[in-house]
Amino acid sequence: MDGNKVNGNAAKNGNKGSNEWRVKVGLAEMLKGGVIMDVTNAAQAEIAEKAGACAVMALERVPSDIRKEGGVARMASIKVIREIMATVTIPVMAKVRIGHFSEAEVLQALEVDFIDESEVLTPADEENHIWKHDYRVPFVCGARNLGEALRRVGEGAAMIRTKGEAGSGNVVEAVRHMRTIVSQMKKLTTMRDDELMREAKELGAPLELIREVAKTGKLPVPNFSAGGIATPADAALVRSLGAEAVFVGSGIFKSSDPEARAKAVVKATTHFADAAAVLEACEELGEAMPGLDIRQMDQKDMLSTRGW
Amino acid sequence: MKIGILAVQGDFAAHADMLRRLGAEPVEVRTAADLSGCAGLILPGGESTTQLQFLQEEGLYEAIKKFAAEGRGVFGTCAGAILLATKVLHPAQDSLGLLDMTVFRNGYGRQVASDIFFGDSKLSDEPLEMVFIRAPIIERVGDGAETLAQYAGKPALVQDGNILAATFHPELTTDTTVHEHFLKMLGDGTERNAGKRSTAIGDKSSNEVLEPKAS
Repeated sequence: MDGNKVNGNAAKNGNKGSNEWRVKVGLAEMLKGGVIMDVTNAAQAEIAEKAGACAVMALERVPSDIRKEGGVARMASIKVIREIMATVTIPVMAKVRIGHFSEAEVLQALEVDFIDESEVLTPADEENHIWKHDYRVPFVCGARNLGEALRRVGEGAAMIRTKGEAGSGNVVEAVRHMRTIVSQMKKLTTMRDDELMREAKELGAPLELIREVAKTGKLPVPNFSAGGIATPADAALVRSLGAEAVFVGSGIFKSSDPEARAKAVVKATTHFADAAAVLEACEELGEAMPGLDIRQMDQKDMLSTRGW
Repeated sequence: MKIGILAVQGDFAAHADMLRRLGAEPVEVRTAADLSGCAGLILPGGESTTQLQFLQEEGLYEAIKKFAAEGRGVFGTCAGAILLATKVLHPAQDSLGLLDMTVFRNGYGRQVASDIFFGDSKLSDEPLEMVFIRAPIIERVGDGAETLAQYAGKPALVQDGNILAATFHPELTTDTTVHEHFLKMLGDGTERNAGKRSTAIGDKSSNEVLEPKAS
């Protein structure tokens, strides 16, 4: 890829190497404990911000519509992203297709605050993900297990989120992915040094990152949850399982009451360990988005199998 | 010594790690009741709009004002500094008003402008590492407040009595200087230091001009 150009820009800004990495992970740290909401226009972004979202994700269609309408899902229109950036003061994220480094360069030039290399959009490259170290803007990537998470961190992702099953309104895949990542990390902490190379081979992850997780018991970057979170209780569930923050996609603006639901999910995400507060968040909510039974879905309709 | 950390949203875990390293006991604060028994309170980085909403809806807003009025120490970093200011711009936003200063949100621009610099401070002879992330700029500081460190000609670390505000993130570094200073401000946890000035702690005079240095 044309990485030199991007590196060139970074060098011009008088900044490279570990400092750049630290400010990228630093922004991810700032988003902890919060809710990042999918929005498709400035009006939705404003609702999200007022409800207490700590960031918004700009995309052309929410995942449940992408699922319904089919076709190729791409980076959102620049005009819409600009309008969203001009409307809210919280960080603005936007999605690019897996492997589409030109979309990523466009978003960096636009100065979005975070880029999501996302399986929700139609992949542009079925072999390679973006080499994310080359960018000054931090990236978030989805993962189903520890190996996938560490491969993305190895490529430069400053934040990991579970893939879950976006647009399904069903939290089961997000739960599966978070439990998998957490238990694989726990296992690493119990292993001897001489067992870690084999585990690196099994997981298909870089040895130095495996060694780091074995030592700390957590990912080298913040670990968030996404994909199918539709209710305040869903948010509390994934937080209790180890998610440090929550992405909500179709769950807000495909419900009957986006403003109230957005606020309720924010509240439950912060007070996830306090059942009385989560109960309060669940009160007086209308209909959640319609959900899909993952077991009835065809493998080809699963978004989480995109990327590796 | 128990130190509360506002844990509604933001990098409260990084502050907790720093406090543990210094032998203090961090307490996550999500409700007004969580403040009891805390000698001081840290308002972490994060999104000030999100944090403010929790403060206003859960009784924490008045509880923190009362906490500070009793002379207990409050330290805000980045979003926390915004919450402490008497006046917030870009856009205007409500705040606790515990430290007389005007703060301009996202003063350097978006995430691409986030960066790390070293600069002089009155807290130590060593340069202070300052991590700026979508940082605010302190445009004006009241007469009673003291600037302890600057970056690019603007105050970056400001103290007024028992209130301390940083536009950068000392919690994201291994440099414990600023947190140590905050713990010193609190004394042994029983003494109330309201109104005391910090000049005795640093070994540089308070009117020395601070020049920022890029790393």
